[in-house]
Amino acid sequence: MATSSLKGQQRRSSLIINGVLILVCLIWLVPTLGVFITSFRDSQDIFNSGWWAVLPHKEDAETGEIILEDDIDVNGQIAIEGTSATFEEWREGVVLPDGRKLTWYGNKRTRKIIISEEVWVGFAANLTLENYKDVITGKEISFTDAGGNEITRKGNNLGGAFLNSVAVAIPATVIPILIAAFAAFGFSWLKFPGRDLLFTMIVAILVVPLQISLVPILQDYTKLDLNGTFLGIWLAHTGFGLPLATYLLFNYISTLPRELLEAAYIDGASNFTIFVRLILPLSVPSLASFAIFQFLWVWNDYLVSLVFLGEKTRVITYALASIVGEKGQDWHLLTSGAFISMLLPLAVFFALQRYFVRGMLAGSVKG
Amino acid sequence: MQSPAKNSSAFSTIGRVLLSFLVPVITFWGLWQVFLFLRDSEAPQLVIIVVAILWGVGGIALLFVVLNWFVEQLPGELGRRLQPFVFIGPAVAIMAWYLAIPVFRTLALSFKGPLGQEWIGKGWEIFANYEFAFTDRIMLETFRNNLMWMVFGTALSVGFGLLVAVLADRSKFESIYKAIIFMPMAISFVGAGVIWKFVYTYRGVGVGIQEIGLLNAIVLAFGGESQPWLNLPPWNNFFLIIIMVWLQTGFAMVVISSAIKGIPDELLEAARIDGATEVQAFFGITIPYIKGTLLTVTTTIVIFSLKLFDIVRVMTGGNNGTNVIANEFYLQRFTYGNTGRASAIAIILLIAVVPVIIYNLREFNKDRRAF
Repeated sequence: MATSSLKGQQRRSSLIINGVLILVCLIWLVPTLGVFITSFRDSQDIFNSGWWAVLPHKEDAETGEIILEDDIDVNGQIAIEGTSATFEEWREGVVLPDGRKLTWYGNKRTRKIIISEEVWVGFAANLTLENYKDVITGKEISFTDAGGNEITRKGNNLGGAFLNSVAVAIPATVIPILIAAFAAFGFSWLKFPGRDLLFTMIVAILVVPLQISLVPILQDYTKLDLNGTFLGIWLAHTGFGLPLATYLLFNYISTLPRELLEAAYIDGASNFTIFVRLILPLSVPSLASFAIFQFLWVWNDYLVSLVFLGEKTRVITYALASIVGEKGQDWHLLTSGAFISMLLPLAVFFALQRYFVRGMLAGSVKG
Repeated sequence: MQSPAKNSSAFSTIGRVLLSFLVPVITFWGLWQVFLFLRDSEAPQLVIIVVAILWGVGGIALLFVVLNWFVEQLPGELGRRLQPFVFIGPAVAIMAWYLAIPVFRTLALSFKGPLGQEWIGKGWEIFANYEFAFTDRIMLETFRNNLMWMVFGTALSVGFGLLVAVLADRSKFESIYKAIIFMPMAISFVGAGVIWKFVYTYRGVGVGIQEIGLLNAIVLAFGGESQPWLNLPPWNNFFLIIIMVWLQTGFAMVVISSAIKGIPDELLEAARIDGATEVQAFFGITIPYIKGTLLTVTTTIVIFSLKLFDIVRVMTGGNNGTNVIANEFYLQRFTYGNTGRASAIAIILLIAVVPVIIYNLREFNKDRRAF
């Protein structure tokens, strides 16, 4: 008896736990799902109904119309199809006993009544890839709007911005990792004056907010003509990423077994050889976890690229933010643009989640 | 690198030294030429990008190889002494340029005028930028808002993170739940801004106008009235804070979850045998055990909310009472062109994290490992 009631209790608590978790997960997922669905909807449909309209639901569908005879008085009670109501009521729509809904179209003089019926609408939404085409290309796009006007406008060239982001993110990930790995090896295995002091300073600047650097570094960049260049942004991301990278890799590399290195030194290997042949291969897990961290950070960064790249070399976050600023209600562009910007980081993230988590647990405070 | 020839002539020594200087110089020159090409060329974007990636990734590796080669060419003792600096030099130099020295440069700029050229005044007037920062109406509003971000944003992120971590630990589908909550960590703040702007969007009242924003649709479905959520001070701040909670809960959850996994089973088992309820076990064992982790996560998210910029920038631009310190910094520097005031704001941000810096240093000195 006792065990069975215990089991019942366990089942009940497991039900509650999973219920709460499913609820939280739904709250977390639905906003993204809405953007995802909207990005495939026709740009007119987006304004006429919420994205949930693509899910099966009951909807009024027009099935026909009635034109009232000229001799029917439209003031006062009007009888149509055996039901009588005032014009105002007809205009709001009246549901007949047989389930059909009649709605007066326009003003009194139109004498037109729309017949509609509630029907189930399945997954019959009007889905399209047009939005993606519109937002990716940089060419002039012309289309005819609902009013029949020919509209031409410049595309948002998110494709170009995507490529720029790749060109920023890959070196801005590799460069700091390589520099940090060299430094971490130096700090953990080589002896030189000022070693402890220098490393303490690295720990001190771990959480320095990067706003501190923006003003003076921008002055330097203006003098050196580095604004808007790839080199400039790589160096900036390297500078802001290095303290954490050096610190994390130091924690890892300094715990490698001493005997291993001593054996290599006895064999006559130079520091450089030991680093390239021994330390780097051994540190791959640690390097990988920081690499994912830094890649996501750089790809998703907005502030640094806003300041050092700007309009000259548009990266994806910058391009997306300008669509928000200029065409804040063009949801077909915003949603497809947002999805393009999320594609690569989400793929990297889900493919290498384990390394990412490991990196995060090792310490992820960054300035 | 010991030369095998013991009787090498002075001429060949000079030649070797020259060569060892020449190689790094030529390398730098070559890399610089590629940089000029990348900056000024009108080549197709794809070409530029492929060259840039190869140049950036290859260049850094080449620099290390050449620098090391150069040091190994130097005569014995000197080379050995210099070699550690080949390893740590680039990192230290870049960190000094980008983070350490700017602290002092920004401090100096914070006492200067809008153009950053002259001191802003004599005597007490030298603090004019700070006086602005602590008395201006907009600045005071940003302080209030950042306080809201810090208190509510952090509390909700850590709270939800703890809730999901504890509950998921007892579910068979733990990894699925955690992946879903964690997913927003891969999304940029700009992207998250778009996602939530769509949730909050408002179209107003009128014949035939349908609300396409999720929040307004839900409010309408329950018989309420649709609202322009992002234009309602001070509540709009909370709608922005929700975005941060959505982004940061995953972080809190993962770190807390790994701490919970570290609690020995025997400890909880013993408590249950002693008749402790789940709630008692939670507050009596789980919470004390993961206290350190909770502190770390809280600190990280507090720092994050202090520097928060992108969400506000993209969603409201800081209008309608939603401005934050980092956005005001940006506005002062890049919109109003006031370098002095922007620098003062940056210094205030730095001062706010000083306690964390001190804590980090103390922990590091304790066991050579911060956090």
